[in-house]
Amino acid sequence: MYSRPSWLGLVVRHVLIWIGVIYALFPVLWILSASFNPTNNLLDQRLFPANPTLDHYRRLFTDPAVPFPRWILNTLIVSGTTAVITVFLCALGAYAFSRFRFRGRRAGLLSLLLVQMFPQMLAMVAIYLLLIRIKEIVPWLGYNTHPGLIMVYLGGAMGFNTWFMKGYFDTIPRSVEESALVDGATPFQAFLRIVLPLARPILAVVLIIQFITTYSEYVLASILLKGTDMYTLAVGLRFFIQAAYDRRWGAFSAAAILGALLILAIFLPLQKLIISGLTGGAVKE
Amino acid sequence: MNGGSLLAQGLKYGLVALLDAVVVWAAMALLLRGDYLMVALLGVAALLLNFLVLSRRAYPLRFLLPGLVFLVAMVVYPIGYTISVSLTNLQTGNLLTKAQVIAQLEGRYYLPPAPETFTFWAFRNAQGDLRVILTARDGRTFISRGNELVPVDLSGPRYVRGAGGTVTGFDGYTRLTLPEIYQSLRALEGLDLVLGDEHVRLTSVREFGTYLRKYSYVPDQDAVVDLETNVTYYAREGSFTSPDGMRIEPGFQIYVGFRNYLDVLTHPGIRSDFARVFGWTVVWSFLTVFFSFWVGLGLAYLLNDPYVRGRFAYRSLLIVPYAMPAFISALVWAGLFNADLGVINRILGELFGTKVRWLQDPMWARAALIFINVWLTYPYMMIVSLGALQSVSREMYEAARVDGATGWQRFWTITMPLLWVSVAPLLIGSFAFTFNNFTIIWLVTAGRPAVLGAATPAGATDILISWTYRLAFEGDRGNQLGLASAVSILIFIIIAAISGVNFRFTRALEDVSRGV
Repeated sequence: MYSRPSWLGLVVRHVLIWIGVIYALFPVLWILSASFNPTNNLLDQRLFPANPTLDHYRRLFTDPAVPFPRWILNTLIVSGTTAVITVFLCALGAYAFSRFRFRGRRAGLLSLLLVQMFPQMLAMVAIYLLLIRIKEIVPWLGYNTHPGLIMVYLGGAMGFNTWFMKGYFDTIPRSVEESALVDGATPFQAFLRIVLPLARPILAVVLIIQFITTYSEYVLASILLKGTDMYTLAVGLRFFIQAAYDRRWGAFSAAAILGALLILAIFLPLQKLIISGLTGGAVKE
Repeated sequence: MNGGSLLAQGLKYGLVALLDAVVVWAAMALLLRGDYLMVALLGVAALLLNFLVLSRRAYPLRFLLPGLVFLVAMVVYPIGYTISVSLTNLQTGNLLTKAQVIAQLEGRYYLPPAPETFTFWAFRNAQGDLRVILTARDGRTFISRGNELVPVDLSGPRYVRGAGGTVTGFDGYTRLTLPEIYQSLRALEGLDLVLGDEHVRLTSVREFGTYLRKYSYVPDQDAVVDLETNVTYYAREGSFTSPDGMRIEPGFQIYVGFRNYLDVLTHPGIRSDFARVFGWTVVWSFLTVFFSFWVGLGLAYLLNDPYVRGRFAYRSLLIVPYAMPAFISALVWAGLFNADLGVINRILGELFGTKVRWLQDPMWARAALIFINVWLTYPYMMIVSLGALQSVSREMYEAARVDGATGWQRFWTITMPLLWVSVAPLLIGSFAFTFNNFTIIWLVTAGRPAVLGAATPAGATDILISWTYRLAFEGDRGNQLGLASAVSILIFIIIAAISGVNFRFTRALEDVSRGV
């Protein structure tokens, strides 16, 4: 498709790519610089601060007015729990759809496909009212609780991931479990001991994608959590910087860098794996 | 599928029995609250669970059910609930059920023009129980017992007399001083004592008075009678309304059929908001996909060139916007675009000596949003295009080169048609996703700037989903949950239509590619 370009053509290509790189990194460089800049004001920012300092980072972990560690902890708890439970429940469901032949299987698969088309946040009013009602009956599972939020995320994660994993399970030959079944293992034992270890790559993909998706979710968390101690990072950071760009830009930048680094540290080394999952039919959320 | 050991069997049935017991207990609690829908749901769930554990035919369901529970509870049920709410008038002022409103109204009292008044002494015992002794104008005395007032003779030996003949205590109760009365004012106000058919409540710090019931519900007329003025308020369109149009607050929820949908489509103010928001949503999604696709494809084309060195490093840098959590990027960009403080205006100012009112002027705010979202989306397009480019077979190019086609011709006649087949469904998917990309809109502009004279809180950069959010949760104009739900359903219909087109398109494109 490509012929050897001339010397000039090659330069043009590199220049074009570098324009793209500058576009890609422009905001990242600015907040990186702001996070080391002693001033907290957007206006006084230079790309290369005169007296770089780690004060903003220090403040994040020491200033009680910035509950950043709390938000990160909340986010890790919510995203981690959601991701782990999603992997397990979806693997169970996908295994049943892949291996068992039962009445309603086709209808089940079809409805799964249809339900996962519905963006869960469209039902935000209903979910909000539902969680308020649950709160009256089971206080720890309702509105403004992390288990309640996790429950909502789990519901939204089931459709697509079950469907996605089923496709992978279909590619694992049945013969691998058959000898175990002949030896008297239950299908559940065969699933747990034989199929799951073989499916490790897809489990990892779903775990990571679900973690990242939940980590970045804003709408439902902002509706269902109240009070700064309960916030996830997404809700907390917005609350922190809203209408305060002139006062909190430095601390915000440090928090943004740390919050993004966490995901970048997962994403960049595993980009091949994650992208293969994401472009397998999904769009990034 | 075999039974397992006796112990396992016993454990299994034991757990089912325990679970059923918990369900029965929960059902009783719900029944007492009158929450029949939840009782029904709980019953169905419990039956299913028993069937699941006890029947062999349900074996596959044991694998499916755990996930299914969450899917049904948090997606399927909310869809149904959204539809149901969209058919009601649920909004600020109509949040309660009719029964709740009637109960609230029947608990209201009014002070008649010439009430009977009582002076009182309040008493408290060690447990903190509060009792009062009232003295009427004519000298009759009453003591509270629970919610009732009963006549009492204070001359008995139970009552300890202090100076001036006042009672200072009885049965372990001691009289409250005036400061203590002030401290317990809330508890005293809460006292609703019944004397015959009158209610006696606190009227001032020194007195109790007789109150009369204000409203009475008449079931066979479905109306509330104001016992003070004798006006009858009939239940009409979600509130109790008098013949001359006076309403009692609060109203209650009723089903209004398709009125919310009709409002969106025909109510002059709401319709024009809807049309404006819908138009911008389409423009926003289309331009985002359009620009990010071409930027992404261009970079992918450059990165795919085997003669360009350092492609892996470039790729990792170019992918950074995709790997950053979107909410962080959105907040950062909002800061950079800040009109007074932002870096972008500073750069523009130094280069051209001018400033742009980003995020405050409707058109510039829209331009900034699209710029930001292209930044967020192009890496996805780049990755997708890279994959598609790499799958185009080399022989095709060789053949074209032999035929003497130029690079440009090869791109348009070979690369693009083949690329299109694999990328088009993803573009439509991306369009549908951007259509509902609440996070970016909300974190950058929150739908603002506001539009003057809009009938609903619909700003210049609101897309349908953020408009829904504001209808439902933005406080200053009340929470219009019914209308918001109706808009949600409309969005879903649009998204379903796009996905439907996508399915057909995919099939059509597959046919096309088979023809090639």
